[in-house]
Amino acid sequence: MAVGLYIHIPFCIKKCGYCDFVSYPYDAGLAASYLSALEKEMALCSREFGGEQKVFGSIYLGGGTPTALTGGQVAGIIDRCRNHFSLAGDVEITVECNPGTVDPEKMDTIRKSGVNRVSIGVQAYQQRLLSGLGRIHTWREVVQAADSCRSAGFDNISFDLIFGIPGQTRNDWQETMDRVLEMSPRHISAYCLKIEPGTPLHREVTTGPVTPCDEDLELEMFWCTVDKLTGCGFKHYEISNFALPGWEARHNLIYWHNEEYLGLGPAAHSMLNGIRFNNVESVELYIKKLNRGELPVSQARVLTVTEQMAETVFLGLRLIDGLDPGVFAERFGRTINEVYGDRLEKLVCLELLEAGENRLKLTKKGLPLANEVFVEFI
Amino acid sequence: MTETSHKKTRHSKTRNFCIIAHIDHGKSTLADRLLEYTGALTEREMSDQVLDQMDLERERGITIKAQAVRLMYKADDGEIYTLNLIDTPGHVDFTYEVSRSLAACEGAVLVVDAAQGIEAQTLANVYLALEHNLEIIPVINKVDLPGAEPGRVKGEIEDVIGLDCGDAVLASAKEGKGIKEVLEQIVTKIPPPVGNEDEPLKALVFDSHYDSYKGVIAYIRVFEGSVRPGMRIRMMATGKDFEVNEVGIFRPALTGIGELGVGDVGFIAASIKNVKDIRVGDTVTGAQKPTDKPLPGYRKITPMVFSGLYPVDGADYDDLRDALGKLKLNDASLMFDPETSVALGFGFRLGFLGLLHMEIIQERLEREYGLDLITTAPSVVFRITRTDGEMIEIDNPTNMPPAQNIEHMEEPFVKATVMVPNHYVGAVMELAQEKRGIYLNMEYLSESRVMLSYEMPLIEIIYDFFDQLKSRTKGYASLDYEFSGYRESDLVKLDIMVSAEVVDALSCIVHRDKAYQKGRQLTEKLKDIIPRHMFEVPIQATIGNKIIARETVKAMRKNVLAKCYGGDITRKRKLLEKQKEGKKRMKQVGNVEIPQEAFMAVLKME
Repeated sequence: MAVGLYIHIPFCIKKCGYCDFVSYPYDAGLAASYLSALEKEMALCSREFGGEQKVFGSIYLGGGTPTALTGGQVAGIIDRCRNHFSLAGDVEITVECNPGTVDPEKMDTIRKSGVNRVSIGVQAYQQRLLSGLGRIHTWREVVQAADSCRSAGFDNISFDLIFGIPGQTRNDWQETMDRVLEMSPRHISAYCLKIEPGTPLHREVTTGPVTPCDEDLELEMFWCTVDKLTGCGFKHYEISNFALPGWEARHNLIYWHNEEYLGLGPAAHSMLNGIRFNNVESVELYIKKLNRGELPVSQARVLTVTEQMAETVFLGLRLIDGLDPGVFAERFGRTINEVYGDRLEKLVCLELLEAGENRLKLTKKGLPLANEVFVEFI
Repeated sequence: MTETSHKKTRHSKTRNFCIIAHIDHGKSTLADRLLEYTGALTEREMSDQVLDQMDLERERGITIKAQAVRLMYKADDGEIYTLNLIDTPGHVDFTYEVSRSLAACEGAVLVVDAAQGIEAQTLANVYLALEHNLEIIPVINKVDLPGAEPGRVKGEIEDVIGLDCGDAVLASAKEGKGIKEVLEQIVTKIPPPVGNEDEPLKALVFDSHYDSYKGVIAYIRVFEGSVRPGMRIRMMATGKDFEVNEVGIFRPALTGIGELGVGDVGFIAASIKNVKDIRVGDTVTGAQKPTDKPLPGYRKITPMVFSGLYPVDGADYDDLRDALGKLKLNDASLMFDPETSVALGFGFRLGFLGLLHMEIIQERLEREYGLDLITTAPSVVFRITRTDGEMIEIDNPTNMPPAQNIEHMEEPFVKATVMVPNHYVGAVMELAQEKRGIYLNMEYLSESRVMLSYEMPLIEIIYDFFDQLKSRTKGYASLDYEFSGYRESDLVKLDIMVSAEVVDALSCIVHRDKAYQKGRQLTEKLKDIIPRHMFEVPIQATIGNKIIARETVKAMRKNVLAKCYGGDITRKRKLLEKQKEGKKRMKQVGNVEIPQEAFMAVLKME
């Protein structure tokens, strides 16, 4: 089975108000030391985890802002991946782009290095919402970024959108989707904003100046997303993800199928050989450890079968088609009914879950209540 | 000196006293200063409020169990006196224990706050002390505080209690002022104990505690005869005999001595395994040569307030039973019996002396034994005469027979005394009326302070009368009450249905005239407490088959995580675990999860 490779680029021009991923202000010197540490991590991992046997089917450069790096630096990362890991012939390579950091030459260089998919962080159409989120770019730059990608030869373009932004109306959201659809996306991720503790936005909400979006309105926006995008030929394939048939994000499917992935860079998470581990969060510590020749892992644990089964179920149920009980049985040697029979019955009874012969999936009612379903398997 | 005359001198130099005070009037601080002054403890050994030993007592600033300490004081007359201070519980729930502690003394120090004046509880305890013929030494405390009016307070004590305050000590226990005067007055005013060393042993048990090595340690005051290790003793109320292993005094640490004689306050240990065998108020006598008459005043304590206690997690049932057993070792007034609830499963019905006692037990179970508990709303004992003529008593609303089988019902009433500044009289009267109080009397204690008496249903007192009283009088009112008897009442059982099913643990018995109001308040309150579920949860209040109020908890519509954070499954898992933890603290009744506090909602209304 193909393995996924995630690489975290922990730099941004400016961090967004809602973001709680690990990211530092871009600094050329720090970026250079980070990239050399990253190569050391690749070398260590390819030895440690039997790079030869594992075939990587996808690479995903996320962040942070991967495009805060130069085109040459991004291309360099991809080249090193090829040197250290064996990649599948049809490997999907995605780079996240922030429209404020994209130009035609950079995208051209990136495309030529073998990257074949971009995910453009758009979030919203309205300038007041973009500013409220602390985004560094304008809508004009979004359009220019999409053009740059297209002229560089990218066909597989995904757009990241956010709904449920404080102050966002239903019409704002409709318009955002309409404008994005005009750019012929292959894939759209539409996330409902979650205000994470510790972020500037969270402080604004708790201290008063910002009022969070009403829960009922969020739900309305969610269903309006599903209606509009499926009406335009997109398949709603995961709670927050939509794709034209055949253009689903292969890398993300690995997470939802609870398959193996290796994460590189600070705070990156991995799930390999039944072991879950994650790297240290601090980029300085990350660099220091690698300079000493150590893996920058901060925590690692072997998952119990019970945990693996629970995760397989709750991750799989994020997919609209749900999970295949046959695959579950094959993987764990027990049927899903043997393990979770009583809970499945209860959830089916509550009309949150649909249990067919070959599929176990959330109902329409269950989708927005997914956590209530998942918690039953914990 | 002959042995007899030595003994005589000994008890002529003994003074047994207690301190009577309202909460916050400075009893514990004064006790601490007395200990300090007489050197019972060095300053380094003192943490504040030595006598209140339980954490809970310190936090709440109240005494739950009596404690005793022996002080040695060299008086101005050059003689050394033995002073036994018996600390008394300071709450209406423990009136009986207070009366037993008082019975062990010849005198009492009455501490009154120089700004606040006499409070209801103080007065009740002073009357108890006077009944026991105690010499009372008035001490006006906190005289250094702004707002202190020692003159007015002296006048109040003289008018209300009829106690001469010419010699009243003006003290500030906090500042250490007036401590010596208090000690001098104890020596000069309180009479020494009288009694005959040669008579058969007669000693009063005023408290006990359980020690895992020595068994029950009984706190006693010897009135006649003496007790020493090796002696066989008999508990007159329970008729049980034991052999004494150890006798001793409180320094305040338990210190063994050879013998306890007339007038002595101390402890005995006699390998007594069960606290039930040695009850507060019982008389200890010699098994060989018993006295023919026990000391007066013993009664078996009967609980007044009942409530159900259930583990949130049914698997903790055995732990709860063990914890209750352990608490009972130290608290003979705690009663419990197994009980089952349709909604809550297996638990216990507990009987308490009052609401404070109930809160203390709950808190100790949760804190000291780490149990997660659900407590049902407290109830009293109702008397029901059935149509077939039989009279039954119920302490759990669930056991109330159907209305058609009830001829009439009676409920316990108390005589409640409220003391309050005169401009709150209207507010107190209004509240008493709302709580079905029957007006008895109003008396001016001074120009500005009034004492109101009402006859009132006990259930109203234990619901929220005290909180309401405090809030409507800005904390100025004080309350005391005593059981006065049963009265006929028009009572109905109010049931609560959650998702169309009666939740037995939420039922309560209320007066018919209040049923609609209570039903409405309770459903509204529950609507806020019960979290949203994936379906609508109707909450209805019913009497018999009639629905009198209804609220609905709207269905939860959204609970989903948008993103999976680049493979950070741990984070997602933690969120789900947190959500699950929250659910665990709730009780699943049918398919609805009801939080713990819902079962006490009936107490916290208005």
